[in-house]
This record gives sequence, C-alpha cells and structure tokens, in this order.
Amino acid sequence: MMIRPYGDTLNDGAVQMSFTLPVAHSAKADEAAIIFGKKLGFKEVEVVYSNPLSDEFTFFVVYGKTGISIDYDKVVVEEVEKSLDFYGVNNFIEENIKRKIVIVGACSGTDAHTVGIDAIMNMKGFDQHYGLERYPMIEAFNLGAQVTNEDLIKKAIELKADAILISQIVTQKDVHIQNLTEFIELLEAEGLRSKMVVCAGGPRIGNKLALELGYDAGFGRGTYPENVASFIVEKMHERGVK
Amino acid sequence: MTKSKLNLDTDKIAKARELSKQITAPVQKYIEKHTTVSIERTTLRMIGADGVDSNGVPIPNKVVDQIGDNICYGAAKYYINALLKKGLTPEELNNEIANGLDITKLDFVNFSYIEEKAQELVEAFSTKVKANVAYREDKVNKYKEKENSPLLYLIVATGNIYEDVKQAQAAAKQGADVIAVIRTTGQSLLDFVPYGPTTEGFGGTYATQENFKIMRKALDETGEEIGKYIRLVNYCSGLCMPEIAVMGALERLDMMLNDSMYGILFRDINMYRTFVDQKFSRMINSFAGIVINSGEDNYLTTSDAVEKAYTVTASQFINERFAYESGLPTRLMGLGHAFEMNPDIKNGFLLEMAQAQMAHEIFPEAPLKYMPPTKYMTGDIFKGLAMNTLFNFIAKSTNQGILLLGMLTEAIHTPFMQDRFLGVANAKYVLNNIADFSDDIEYKKDGIMQTRAKVVLDETIEFLEEINKTDLFNAIETKMFAEVSRPKNGGKGLSGVAEKAKDYYNPFYTYLENELNIVKEGNQL
Repeated sequence: MMIRPYGDTLNDGAVQMSFTLPVAHSAKADEAAIIFGKKLGFKEVEVVYSNPLSDEFTFFVVYGKTGISIDYDKVVVEEVEKSLDFYGVNNFIEENIKRKIVIVGACSGTDAHTVGIDAIMNMKGFDQHYGLERYPMIEAFNLGAQVTNEDLIKKAIELKADAILISQIVTQKDVHIQNLTEFIELLEAEGLRSKMVVCAGGPRIGNKLALELGYDAGFGRGTYPENVASFIVEKMHERGVK
Repeated sequence: MTKSKLNLDTDKIAKARELSKQITAPVQKYIEKHTTVSIERTTLRMIGADGVDSNGVPIPNKVVDQIGDNICYGAAKYYINALLKKGLTPEELNNEIANGLDITKLDFVNFSYIEEKAQELVEAFSTKVKANVAYREDKVNKYKEKENSPLLYLIVATGNIYEDVKQAQAAAKQGADVIAVIRTTGQSLLDFVPYGPTTEGFGGTYATQENFKIMRKALDETGEEIGKYIRLVNYCSGLCMPEIAVMGALERLDMMLNDSMYGILFRDINMYRTFVDQKFSRMINSFAGIVINSGEDNYLTTSDAVEKAYTVTASQFINERFAYESGLPTRLMGLGHAFEMNPDIKNGFLLEMAQAQMAHEIFPEAPLKYMPPTKYMTGDIFKGLAMNTLFNFIAKSTNQGILLLGMLTEAIHTPFMQDRFLGVANAKYVLNNIADFSDDIEYKKDGIMQTRAKVVLDETIEFLEEINKTDLFNAIETKMFAEVSRPKNGGKGLSGVAEKAKDYYNPFYTYLENELNIVKEGNQL
C-alpha cells in the first residue's frame, strides 16, 4: 500500500513545517523560504507566517504538498515485544527464575539528568506505574547520576547484577553514543557481556540504535518500568538463567 | 502585602519559620567551626590569585594544595605573606606560583604587616564589587519601564561561549530580561574552576571567569542597544559554590542558581561540604547584590508534585533561613518552585495556582522563581505550548518574580532559536492580556484553592517538625528529601572540609560578616 501524508484529502501529501533561516526578515527572505521548501521536494509551498528572531534570523511557518509516497508494506521495525504488568513480572520471576533478580541502573558518563532512570527505578515510578524498587522479586539499585562506566561495572559485579540499565538524556554532539559504546567495550573486556542483560534508555534512544550498539534492548519515550522489567525477565529466561 | 487570597493562618507561617530556625541552628554551629578547600580558594581569588599553570591547574588550587592540612589556619595569610615577602603584585606572584614557587616555604613576616596588607586587599575587592552593584542599580533604574513582570528568563546552552553570545543577544532582542548560560554537564563535580574562554561543552558551557566576562560584555552591548538591563545568570552550585560566587561578583552577574541542599540531594556532594560552602557563597552573593535562585523544582521532577508539594514549601522555608543566616536580604531570595503536576489530573490547574499563590503569600517580598513543566512534556509540541500557556497564566496571576520560560520542545532537544521566540511570544501575550487579573479576583472562601493551600501548609509544618525531631543531617540520610538517602560521610568533597584552628584567619570572611551584619547563632527573622 502506497501512502503519503494526509491533510484533509487522501493522498494530498500535506505537510506543515517550521524553521529558521539565517537572514533578516524581508520579502526576499519569505521567497527564500518558499524556494527552500520546493528544494525539499514540496509543491504548492506557502509561507503562512514569518517573523524576525533578530536582525539576522527569521522564523517561518510553511505548508507544502509532497508527491513522494512510500510502500507501507515494506516498512520493517524491530520492536520490543508487548510486556507483562507488575504482577505478571513478579509471577514470572517466581515461576521461572525462582529467586530475586538484581537490577543495577545509572545515568552514566557525564550525564546529570536522572529523570529517566528515576522514573523506571524509583519506588514511586512514573505516571501511576510502580518503579522497579517496588517489585518484590526485584532488588533494584539506582546508582544515580554521573556514574563512570568503570564504577558502574564494578558495582554491578559487587551486587551480582543480572541486568544493567543505562540512562542517557544528554545527546548533544552524540556524547551518548560514545559513552554507550565505551560501556559495552568495557563490559566485553571484563567478559561479562553475555552474563548480563544490558539495556539502554532515554528520550532519543530507540531499540534499533541500542541493538546496533550491542545492547539487548533500547527503551525510548513512553517506556514504563514494567516494559523494562518484562523484557529483562523474559530475556533471562530465554538464556536459561536460574 | 496585598490582601490574602488564600486566607492562610499567619500563626502557622510563623511556626514554620520558627521550626526552620531550629532546624538550621545546629548546622550553623557546624558551619562556623569549619572551612573548606573551596572557601580557601575563594578567599585567594578575592585577594587576586588567578590563572593556571602549564598543566592547566588553577593557581588557587595549587596554593591550597601547597598549604595542605594547614588550611585550618586559612590560606590568606600564606598568600599575603608571599606578596609581602617577594614584594610582588598578585599577577606577578601568580606567575611565580605557576612556575613552581611553593609559598609555604617562605618565612613569615610579622603578622601585623599581613593584617595591614589584608586591609588594603579587602578594600580593593570591596571597591570593585560595590562599583558593580552601583552600576547595576543605575542601569536597572534607568531602564525599569522596559522590564517585564515577572522577569522573562531564557536559557542558552550551546557549549561554545561565542555561539552562546549570538543566541543570548537574539533572546534579549526577542524580549528576555534574564539570560542563563547553562553549565556543561558534570561541572558541578569538578573541584576546580576551569580557566579561560571555552568552546567545547556538553549540554552547556563551562562556567569560567573569562566566559562570564565575554557574556557580560555582550549583554551590556545589546542592553544599551535596546534600552534595557539584561540580567546574566550562572550556577553557583556543586563543589565550587563560593568560587563561582566570587567570579560572579567580580564580573557582575545578576543571579546565581544557589541552593542550600541541591548539591547534596541531586549531585551527591557531601552534606557537610555543601552546608559550609553554601554559607560563604551566599554571603558573597549578598554582598554583590546577586539574586539567588533555589532549586525546589528538582524535588518535583523526582517525586510527585501533588503528594510532595509540602517538600517544596518546607525547602523554601529552610532555604530562606540559610539565606538569612548568610546576610541575604529577602529581595534577593529567588526561592524556587515548579509547574510539574500531571496534566491529566482533574483541577490540576487549581492545585498549581494554589501552590504558586501560597509561595507568594508566604514570601511576599521574595522574587520567586517559577519553573516550567518538564516532566510531563512529551514531544507533543502543541500540547506543550498549551501547558506553557497555563504555566504563564499562573506565573502572572500569582505575581511570581522570575519566569523561566517553558520551551515547547522541552524533552526533545536543547532549544532552537525559534523555540525561545515562541516562548517569549507566549509569555508576552499572557502577561499583557491578564495584566491586572491578580488585582481583580479573590479566591472563593474554603474553595478548592484555599483548602489545598491549607493542607499543604499543614503538611509542611508536620514535615518540618519531623525533621526538627531527628535533625537535618539525619533527615537527609534517612531519605526524607527527594526520596534519596545521602549518608553523612558519603558523597563527594568531604575530604575538602577542615575544622578551623583557634587562630584561623580569613580577613575577607570577617569583612563580609561585618558588612552584612551577620550575628553568629540565634538571629531573629
């Protein structure tokens, strides 16, 4: 099935955009925005609003119609499977692993933003979804922010972790990619990669990226604690961990 | 104060203040008996220690390392002694230290000469900072009419100070009154302040004195062009709280993020270190007329904003008391709070408004800093813009002092230039459209908002009583704040705390205590 964006009529290809150009606000700037829109492949490009941001920058709201379409049947995604809930996870551990599992989490590297790892791990959880600390069959250790990769591995060994969660919020200049890659390399050097389930999370981290970097899974926006827990326990079971 | 809308019990407010005084008293005693490596480095900077050696180690750090355990006597006398003994200016002495001079190896001159020289050095520091204060007051008064109320506060965070300048100047032209340069992630855990202009940072830009100077100059230029005094903000937190404060005082920053407990709870910095450091940092801010911004918003990003609203109010009381003990006048207390309730809550807006109005009625003279939604910003930029509008509405209608503008792209990326424009446009629309709303309405007696404020104040008092029973150190250790436990001897920076010797000497500390009329122990608020 071929598809393209829908405005108010099937296949009209309507797209709304907003962007800034590094030029002073003028009729010429508006025309430049239209030409830019056309270069992007849009037809019927319309600047519906433009406003100066300073003497050297102008902001535009632009509509355009695209003729490009894609074949929806050929779209492939790798998604983390549908997950168990709070009770399901605990039952699954009791029945299949038959002991408490240990999960260590941290916001690693120089990243100081714990909002993600806190949402997943803290007792309270997020948006009425309990955090991992609340799970009776999980011993969860939230190491907090700015934990070095070395310390995280050391702590994971000390606590006999079954799984490690790494949260990365700051993604400027791809600092998260460098950090996540370094972690996996260190873990492999220690010979621990296959012994632990390792997941990455953050608003700009998807499952696809995490798999590319050598993680077992990646969790992006909208992830709840039970999604992470569920993946971990099923992965452990699949690997025959007792 | 305008007529109360919430009908809060003034006896209860007085009780909360009394409890905060009792809670902070033992901490004050501890503070008075101790110094830290960062306090000593700060004192050295006040004298004129600056620059780095060939390995990039700042001169103040080098000197404090040379002095070692003897910092219990204060670093000032060693450095001043070296100035006298060598007959050098601070710049010349800094060069010699960079080239390997160990100032602790020099014989001491008669102490009376050190005291005499100290007086001259204190005078020079004081003159410089007072000139900054006078300059600011003059410009603020001159351009008063163009200022927004609340002040519109925007953040830049490119990592490159020169790029920051472009964005900051654009933001000022769009209507911002206040520009904050976010620090690079991780700087709070450095036990030194980097040197010189910097162009590489993650999620922000290094706070260095040179960067302060560059941004100050740029904002002054833009300010003159548009006829406005643009306030500059940085971060007086982490392991270098007082050092950043003195750099800000010298370079005429106007606001500093500066919380008495933030570093302990959210950066895992040792509690003793933080308490001792925060006092000196606040004394400096106070002397330099710098508005502090406390960090209560952070409680709500880790805990539920409805259930834990009382922790914000309690922390505001504690921050107020610590600030007061540092000589900080109320007009410089930008106590913080945030609009962080789940947007799906029925009547959530009323609860947020009650909280904001309550903060205003409890701290009527304080320029409260109101923080925008972040936790429930989803990437739906259109909903985000709507949430920011409600947030702006509350900020204006409850007379907040400083409005940190929400970004519709919060939780997606560091703001694009256009995001700031949309933030300012939104706020200006609301500020103008409801300009006199606050004067024109009263809250319903025993309605949702009055009841909510009463409940939160009661919970606050209950919480403060619990803290007072166990003491603040234990309270922090036992997870009473922000659901984290910070052990007394854990965290970073404890090794940098030293008990003062009987003849501890710090002419700058003493000068500020006198200037700010700080009476040791048992002040009355």
